[in-house]
This record gives sequence, structure tokens and C-alpha cells, in this order.
Amino acid sequence: MSTADRDTTPFRPYAPGTQPPNDAPSYRSTGKRHPGAALVALPHTVTERQGPRFDPRRFPPLLDLSTACGGKALGERIIVSGRVTDEDGRAVARTMIEIWQANASGRYDHPGDQHDAPLDPAFHGAGRVFTDDEGWYQFTTIKPGSYPWRNHHNAWRPNHIHYSYFGPGFATRLITQMYFPGDPLLELDPIFLSIPDRTARERLIARFDLETTAPEWALGYRFDVVLRGRGATPMEG
Amino acid sequence: MAAATASQTIGPYWHLLEDKSWADLTRFGAVGERIVVEGRMRDGDDAPVTDACVEIWQTSPEAEDFPGFGRCATDAEGWFRFTTLKPGPVGGNGNALQAPHLALTIFARGIMIGLRSRIYFAGEALNATDPLLCAIEDAERRASLIAEATVPGVWRRDIRLQGGVAGAPETVFLDL
Ligand SMILES: [Fe+2]
Repeated sequence: MSTADRDTTPFRPYAPGTQPPNDAPSYRSTGKRHPGAALVALPHTVTERQGPRFDPRRFPPLLDLSTACGGKALGERIIVSGRVTDEDGRAVARTMIEIWQANASGRYDHPGDQHDAPLDPAFHGAGRVFTDDEGWYQFTTIKPGSYPWRNHHNAWRPNHIHYSYFGPGFATRLITQMYFPGDPLLELDPIFLSIPDRTARERLIARFDLETTAPEWALGYRFDVVLRGRGATPMEG
Repeated sequence: MAAATASQTIGPYWHLLEDKSWADLTRFGAVGERIVVEGRMRDGDDAPVTDACVEIWQTSPEAEDFPGFGRCATDAEGWFRFTTLKPGPVGGNGNALQAPHLALTIFARGIMIGLRSRIYFAGEALNATDPLLCAIEDAERRASLIAEATVPGVWRRDIRLQGGVAGAPETVFLDL
């Protein structure tokens, strides 16, 4: 285990405007699920500074969602890659990333999803990948379809892949969604728009990447993620 | 330098990831004082929250083959249930000693950024001096963090995402 794994410096607070509020009225489900009282500040202790470790021998990677059920999933095959770093640009090495998504028709292989779009027996939609020593990860999947939801009249979610990150400490845990460039539904989506800062919002949009596009095989998308850094914010200038 | 990436809701379909064995932190064979920690989650209408992802993390005890991390889905009545090892006291900042506790994160549809809390255990002498518990002046709010033993070895701590109609007060959530 590297020394970074045992670093006991607290993590930085989130930068203002970069995180969505839990009370987001345009996303209806937040109504009865957000705390009314102010959060109680907790200076990081060893509990928050350290975090779980996942050994790939016990948590085996699943790197190709497009073939995970045997056969070939329907849809547009894509390769997603990127780098996980902290706020100081340091690689977050050997961290586990979980991925889940709808199929190409916009339907989840989940009993709760009753959208009238076909299931694909060749696609389940869950994966797991670990970053390498430099923080890089890559997996193969199909581009998920958009799907309707009942938040408001004629509401459709933009195409997205769900992600779960752990990072070095309990305080770095992150659940987010990756979107696709040029999606007209983004500017109508209350979940995406809940992030106040435009730059922070747009960082959730992957970019098309010709470099990782595999000829005669699959389009490449690049999605980089930043987890909280340790210690005080470096002084400006 | 870029700021940390924005959080988004886990949504209603995160169960595609679920491995029910993760709710048992003793599944790899860790040896120690085995306990069950359970509770029922409700929203501001007192309705059970049936699609949440509850995660716990503990740095104590340091036992072989003990992951310290567990995940459990709430069921159709809002219940979650973990099997784990009873934590001991944990070093705090400076000279402080923290009472035995589990760290808790709740993700769900309608929750934009994971709600953080802790689970303490009733009857622990260190509860009286624990820095976090001491920082919460309201006794009812403080009690929202403390699990009670229902039968020996089974600890219950309900979670109330939002106060409002009749029932338990809102759980204390933490700004990490
Ligand atoms: Fe989704």
C-alpha cells in the first residue's frame, strides 16, 4: 500500500456552486427527500479520511458490457475511457469504478423500469473497472438510449451512463452521471441543470475522442473525473 | 486546478449493481463480535423509502478479512439490514477519542448528493464525550444518531430524511 493510501490530511470542502443542492424543486423527487435542517459540520476524522479498498480478486472487473451476457448487445458500440485525478491533478490509482446504464432502446434491465421499450437479452448494463497506476480506466459498452420519466409533462432523460467512484477516503465517495455531447435534452433536464455552475455542469459531458475510436469497431468517448483533494486550497497567484 | 466533479442522483435503477452479499461485512470470514444493524427509512410524508442505497463504513475493528464497507438496498417497507462487527473506540482529532460508530451514506432517487450521517450505539460510555455528539445540543436530534438494542446483538436506527408530519424527528445529516 502506498503512502498516499494512509494519508491522514482532511479533504477540501467542495468549491462553491459545483455541487447540486439536495432541495432542487424542478426535480420533483427531491421534495420529500431533502433534509430541512442545516447539515452539521463534521471536521474529518480518521473515519472520513480513510476509505474502503477493493481487491480486484474479490471484486472482479467487468470491462465489456456489450458482450457480458454472451452474444452481442444491440446498439452503437462505444469505448469510454478517461482519467481519475484529485483536485491537485494527482492520479487516483487503483480505485474501483462501478457503471450502470439503460440499453440502446432506453430501457433498464430492472423490474422497476416499465418504459415500453424492448429489453435486450444480450445486455444487462452493469460493469466494474479499476483505474491503473496513473488513474486511467477504459471499458466498452453500447450507447444508452434516452428514456421518458414522469417528472413533468413530456420529460425525457438525456442519454447517460451512471458512475460510482470511491477514491482514497470515505469523504471522496462520488455518484454521478456522464452525458453525451450535442444532446438537445441536456438543456431541458432538471437533474443536469441542478448543478449551479455551468462549467461544473458541462464537465459531466464526455467528449468524442478520435484517438480512442477503434477503426471499423467503435466510437471513443473520453470522460475525466476529479475527486476531492487533500488539504487547504492552494493560494491563488 | 479543476474542482471536484459534480454529484448526480443515483436514480431508481442502481440495483443493477447490487450484490446482496455486500450487506454482510463478515462474509469473508472476519472474526469478532457479530451484530446486526437495521432500521427503517422514511421520507417527509412518513412514507417508507423503498429504493435507497445505504452504505456503511467503519475503520474499527481492524480484523483480518473485514472489508469495513457494506451496501444494502432498502426493501419494500423501507428496511435496511447489515451484519457486521461491533466497532470499538476510534481515535479523534487532537486528544479526542470518538465513541464507537459507523459512518453512513444514503443515496437515492431524489437525493442529489449523498446524505452523510453516523450510527452510534446506546450505552457506550464514550458517547458522553464524543466530539460530534457533544456538538449537537438538541437531545432529540442527538438521539437520532444513536442505535438502540432491540434484542441482544441487534441494533436499530431508523432514518428520517425530512422532518414534518407526525413521527420521529429528522435525522442529523453531516456536512463532510
Ligand atoms: Fe438513468
